[in-house]
Amino acid sequence: MSIDLPGFADPVSGSQSCFRATLEAMSRPGSLHQAGAGLTPPAPLDPATAGVLLTLVDTDTRLWLAPDCAAAAEWIAFHCGAAAHPAIGEADFVLATALPDLATLNAGTDSGPEESATVVLQVRGFGAGQALRLAGPGLREPTTLSADGLPEGFAAAWAANHALFPRGVDIILCAGTTIAALPRSLQITEA
Amino acid sequence: MTTALPPETTARKRWMSVLARASTDAIDRCLRNAPALPDHVTLRGPEVGLVMLRGRAGGGGAQFNLGEMTVTRCTVRAGGQVGHAYIAGRDAGRAELAARIDAALQDPALHGALHEQVIEPLAQAQDAQRQATARQAAATRVQFFTMATMRS
Repeated sequence: MSIDLPGFADPVSGSQSCFRATLEAMSRPGSLHQAGAGLTPPAPLDPATAGVLLTLVDTDTRLWLAPDCAAAAEWIAFHCGAAAHPAIGEADFVLATALPDLATLNAGTDSGPEESATVVLQVRGFGAGQALRLAGPGLREPTTLSADGLPEGFAAAWAANHALFPRGVDIILCAGTTIAALPRSLQITEA
Repeated sequence: MTTALPPETTARKRWMSVLARASTDAIDRCLRNAPALPDHVTLRGPEVGLVMLRGRAGGGGAQFNLGEMTVTRCTVRAGGQVGHAYIAGRDAGRAELAARIDAALQDPALHGALHEQVIEPLAQAQDAQRQATARQAAATRVQFFTMATMRS
């Protein structure tokens, strides 16, 4: 049983501050923000990952869980009210610790691009690993981000996703209590 | 529902329903004679929400929505046990107390004393109240058998 761990101590202010952090991260791609501090989620979730899930996922969203996150399924179902959805291609949110094939995810439609999937990807940390050069809306100057846990060839996989714009998936990277976001409008090259 | 529930589920359903109906004062009075409740961590809530009450009407028993009802729920962990409570109304303290007692009742070391000192007296008081109301209602009950006899 993993429901014997609490969620936000104060659900209203906890989810509001986490939502604000997610919003800021999405508006300024690649910038680092604090989220989920103080949470004690079950393994393998980090506080930031748990905070993003508690804030964005509820009974009306379809959440697909990677097999290695299955240990947290009960906790997520209890606190978010979201049961794991079996089909990754239909999911609104995808929780994983290794990047899934972005082409298999729901990219939305041209008339409903907001219906696409959001990947909540837990990485090992920021500041290590392959450095990526980010450019696009929200960034006056190109910036760099390095996340330890993104696979080799991520920039190429992302280019295919970016080419679908306005369709395409968004990624929220989480590690410890820190998040960064990669919205679909972003151009990513290897730095 | 024809599937029989396991006995421990039936027992827990009973004490949860007794706790859900009891007032904070009544529970506090009973707790004075009972062992102290273990320390607890709140896992969820207490939080107030609405549940839709559904009824059945008409000859066919068609479902209809009667209305929404305010419910407060709370989940706590005390020792190794997780206790839940769903109570009518918006009394957060009462929901938390009921959840704590639900958790303690699952602890074999505390179950006997708590059941004897808290659940049984509350259940008896609620039964007596229910019977008193039923007696009052029965005293003013109108029997329609005369009308049925006249019709046939």
